[in-house]
Amino acid sequence: MATKRIGKQTVKLNNPPSIIATASIVGPKEGEGPLRLYFDEIIDDELWGEKSWEKAESKLMRETFAKVLKKANKTAEDMEYIVAGDLLNQCLAANFGLRESGIPFFGVYGACSTMAESMSLGALLVDGAYADNVVCLTSSHFCSAEKQFRFPLELGSQRPPTAQWTVTGSGGAVLSSKGSGPYITHVTTGKIVDMGIKDVNNMGAAMAPAAMDTIVTHLKDTGFTPESYDLIVTGDLGAVGKEICNELIREQGYNISDIYNDCGVMIFDRERQDPHAGGSGCGCSATVFAGFIYKKLMEGVINNVLFVATGALLSTTSSQQGESIPSIAHAISISNSIQ
Amino acid sequence: MQKTLTKKEYQKYVDEKSPNSKTLRNVIRAFIVGGIICIVGQFISNILKTKGLGQEETASITSLLMIFIGALLTGLNVYDDIGRFAGAGSIVPITGFANSIVSPAMEFKSEGYIMGVGAKMFVIAGPVLVYGISASVIAGIIHFMLS
Repeated sequence: MATKRIGKQTVKLNNPPSIIATASIVGPKEGEGPLRLYFDEIIDDELWGEKSWEKAESKLMRETFAKVLKKANKTAEDMEYIVAGDLLNQCLAANFGLRESGIPFFGVYGACSTMAESMSLGALLVDGAYADNVVCLTSSHFCSAEKQFRFPLELGSQRPPTAQWTVTGSGGAVLSSKGSGPYITHVTTGKIVDMGIKDVNNMGAAMAPAAMDTIVTHLKDTGFTPESYDLIVTGDLGAVGKEICNELIREQGYNISDIYNDCGVMIFDRERQDPHAGGSGCGCSATVFAGFIYKKLMEGVINNVLFVATGALLSTTSSQQGESIPSIAHAISISNSIQ
Repeated sequence: MQKTLTKKEYQKYVDEKSPNSKTLRNVIRAFIVGGIICIVGQFISNILKTKGLGQEETASITSLLMIFIGALLTGLNVYDDIGRFAGAGSIVPITGFANSIVSPAMEFKSEGYIMGVGAKMFVIAGPVLVYGISASVIAGIIHFMLS
């Protein structure tokens, strides 16, 4: 009997794990953005001494892993699982970046929703008493993502204003059965939503209905209201998707405008840095969470957060074959106190 | 999805919500940059003619030099910035063609000279070549039949 399930898609954790540490490393452009003071490390060169973008992204993952363990005051031996993934084919960055970790490893792919997906699974592992300490990690890299999904970097092309800029960065969190918060109290797992958007330069619009679906379902399942939260934050909808998501949620009878934000909007200064509609990529929500949101939770500036990372589950093959973009959003409810 | 829009209604709604590219601004920029590239080409061509080269040699050498400039600016990480500003203005001239071949060659160098540079070099220019050459063959045949 699944006694911990409430509603359609939500699990209420009886033994909520604490997020005992987070770490974030970002690229130079993110390091010039409005959240620069919150990241643990800013690399000044996108290759970071490596020979390829893929190797550089693997290094981002590896170094973030080392950093988050150090900040948690733990060693690799203390960790029972890693749950990690990234955007590259076959989750290259996670598999290669963490191959020397020596810890049982679950590779996950949720496109840009990976941070919330890995933290959902990590929280379930800890809550279920299958593990005491789990590391959740993800990364993305502007250059490796452009190479895989779009065009070579040096190709002189223009992008439409709805396009987004893949964040170079990696974020990680250690979840533990022991700790004094912030706690992951609820996990709402998203379902795949496809509203027929085909424009790969408008992922925000493709993902917004998935975000709306998960947020509204979460509120219905838990009985929470928008007032229950200090911040509801989506992963990487960007400016266009954020506005659409906000309106779609209002149509469902909830007004979250005052407490709603989007990591893709937060990470760059759109006037000064020209990321078009905003940031995207697994690293976007991961670094904003691990950097900014977690620190604000620790400071007690905010106490209840619904973290909803959003992913566009397309592949280059599917879009060339004229398919629309299936999307997903996973939500975790994070609180400084347990009711 | 909860009770809400159909796919068609949603697409329409998204189209209204999504900002369009600034077409007029882009066209003006393309005109200026594309024009400058052509002026450079004309300048080279005129110099070559004053050196006593014939029409055909001048055209060939001018093209070669423009391709070189395009490739060089790509290698120097400049052409993508020009392209972001100028759009079609720097894509359409022959320098853009050079850019479309050199940029994947640079990008895929990490996969080696055979399967990386060699195989991927024409990933963008390839379709242009296939259909450009095919069209010229068809035009040639028609010309041959008519004459």
